[in-house]
Amino acid sequence: MSKMSTPAVISFERVSKVYDGTRTLESVTLAVAEREFLAIVGGSGAGKTTLLRLINRLIDPSDGIVRLEGEDVRTLDPIALRRRIGYVFQNIGLFPHMTVAENIAITPRLLGWDAASRAARVDELIDLVRLDRAKYRDRLPHQLSGGERQRVGVARALAARPRIVLMDEPFGALDPITRDALGRDVRALHDELGLTTVMITHDALEAVLLADRIVVMRDGHAIADGTPRALLAGDADPYVRELMQTPRRQAERLHALIAGPAA
Amino acid sequence: MIGDLDARLGEALARLPDYLGGHVLVSMTALALGIALSIPLALVSIRRPAFRAVVLALSSIVQTIPGLALLALFYPLLLGLAALSLRAFGVSFSALGFLPAVLALALYSLLPVLRNAVTGLTGIDPAIREAALGVGMTRRQALWMVELPLALPVVMAGIRTAAVWVIGTATLSTPIGQTSLGNYIFAGLQTQNWVLVLFGCVAAALLALAVDQLLALIEGGLGARRRGRVVVGLLGMALIIIGALAPGWSQPRARYLVGAKTFTEQYILASLIEQRLRGAGLSAARREGLGSSVILDALAANEIDVYVDYTGTIWANGLHRTDAKPRAEVTAEVAKWLKDERGITLLGELGFENAYALAMPKKRAEALGVHSIADLARVAPRLTIAGDYEFFSRPEWTALRQAYGLSFRTQRTMQPEFMYPAAGAGEVDVISAYTSEGRVAQYDLVVLDDNKHVIPPYDAVILISPRDANDRALIDAVRPLVGAIDVDLMRAANQRATSGAGDRSPNAVARWMAEQLARKSEKK
Repeated sequence: MSKMSTPAVISFERVSKVYDGTRTLESVTLAVAEREFLAIVGGSGAGKTTLLRLINRLIDPSDGIVRLEGEDVRTLDPIALRRRIGYVFQNIGLFPHMTVAENIAITPRLLGWDAASRAARVDELIDLVRLDRAKYRDRLPHQLSGGERQRVGVARALAARPRIVLMDEPFGALDPITRDALGRDVRALHDELGLTTVMITHDALEAVLLADRIVVMRDGHAIADGTPRALLAGDADPYVRELMQTPRRQAERLHALIAGPAA
Repeated sequence: MIGDLDARLGEALARLPDYLGGHVLVSMTALALGIALSIPLALVSIRRPAFRAVVLALSSIVQTIPGLALLALFYPLLLGLAALSLRAFGVSFSALGFLPAVLALALYSLLPVLRNAVTGLTGIDPAIREAALGVGMTRRQALWMVELPLALPVVMAGIRTAAVWVIGTATLSTPIGQTSLGNYIFAGLQTQNWVLVLFGCVAAALLALAVDQLLALIEGGLGARRRGRVVVGLLGMALIIIGALAPGWSQPRARYLVGAKTFTEQYILASLIEQRLRGAGLSAARREGLGSSVILDALAANEIDVYVDYTGTIWANGLHRTDAKPRAEVTAEVAKWLKDERGITLLGELGFENAYALAMPKKRAEALGVHSIADLARVAPRLTIAGDYEFFSRPEWTALRQAYGLSFRTQRTMQPEFMYPAAGAGEVDVISAYTSEGRVAQYDLVVLDDNKHVIPPYDAVILISPRDANDRALIDAVRPLVGAIDVDLMRAANQRATSGAGDRSPNAVARWMAEQLARKSEKK
């Protein structure tokens, strides 16, 4: 319902992408509303990352239109576009020769912020992603744990106060505890800062727990689109059913285990 | 013995500021040029695999050319360019020494820097590259802020390799007229002064080591983001360069440059001429160790003022003659050719010949009954002959073989310094010798008669550059040497320089010659 009333921040209109003769994206149409947390779920090779890269013009579509706040992204300067969109990379992508502070301040620096405002913003963000300022500010990425690194990655994506954040499997390489904690923190930040977030994941449970809405991708097609509750209730497509039943089954078994008689 | 060593070290040390200065100047300029060329080439080639393959292949080929040959090739190339530029723009430049040395060495330094830069830049994790674009960097910003800093350690390793190579190879720029630490090595090899050779090698090695360590300091400082280390490293480099160049600034450049080829007799005669010029109150210096083909061009281009050459050399290489004529006729024809074709003045003969000859150990010659080359031809198929680097490709050798029907069992090419001992020790039977060579007597060799007069005469002659053709001061200072040096005096001087005790540096031997000449003129 709300999807209709608020204007779309990001929209795909019959977007296709051909890479070396193979279609990685096939006429995808979808819209992301303001302040929405959208999860894109699917196996590898489903076209998830392609979808994300089309938004900030790391690639351009072969066919169709990608719009950002109503404007065709191809009419926008890609450099300026990327500086106003936060991006959390799959491999974290911190610059290994820069300190935590320098990594976080990179986009503000590219935007020409002065040193004082950059430093203030770095402190603010280190707090925001719940790291210890004094301890982490001047460390290099290789001196951090995986979870700490991805917290810095999130801080870097948020540094220039973007309203849109794109996340490509942000928690993929983390241990379950870190993954859960960071996931909840990211969701909290999304709500607190009023962001529009698109997150890619291959983990249906993560999508169900964090997102407002889930799009399921398979072989370049968006084969399902709905709230977690609706998709958990069942879908016409067998792949979607299978995918969504996994977290459901896990939850039921867990529930049974907790409620059942003690061994 | 200790005193002798001290004297030789003293002599070597006295020349250090000059040689080290030249060496640092030429190698550091070449390295800077090499870096300035290869980094942009690497940047252009990262996104163009075909271009990259071609550039890397070409620089690999350059690397396979021996350093000495590469340096020597640049001399005629630049000489041609200088002539072209003079015709086209009225501007000429010196093709001798600095310029060809810098260009050849820069080319030499290309491969390690280029290959490492390409490796460093292409080896960057694609995820980091994508992140750089993703956070909103332009291509240029990604290059300067991310790719170059990350490739830096690998690039610096390439620069360090190049620095060591260039400093080592720069010793070979002596034969094309660039003063370097190679002057020690070339002069030392010629005069069998091993102290000098070792001194040159050690000095070059220490310089290479120092530069390598300073570059390592800079590299480490950049990697660990320690500005202090980078500054210390850069200051050290600046200090080496300034320290090496300072003596050159304080010394005024000499008006007259005396050239010398790469063998003992030439070092002595150049020193003798220099001493005469200085005695006449003229400012003079020597350019030593010039290649045989380089030196005549250098004189014609006024890059040196005077040197001693041999008529037979010019007869064969300049006039391309393969026949032999009497001494006076050869000298007259060579003088005319030099004047007409090159503008060079042949001032006169010194009075001795340094001709090619065949020599063999006296005892062996007697045992085989060999007195002349004609006798030698009978037994040659059983014998081994050794010649210097050019002998077997010279027209004299062709003429000798044809005239006498010479054919040896084996034929070996050797450094002249080792040829004589080899003949003395019976390792080879016949060697190419020079008639004014002091070592013929020293190793108990006998020079075989050339009855058919196949080998053209090699009169030592003083040549004057076109610019100085009418320079009375120069000509008056040098003219007394004309006709003054007979073959016995030259042989004795050559022998003195390569054997015996005491100070046998070319300078000391030249002083000894001057004394002999003065005594002779008193007798008259």
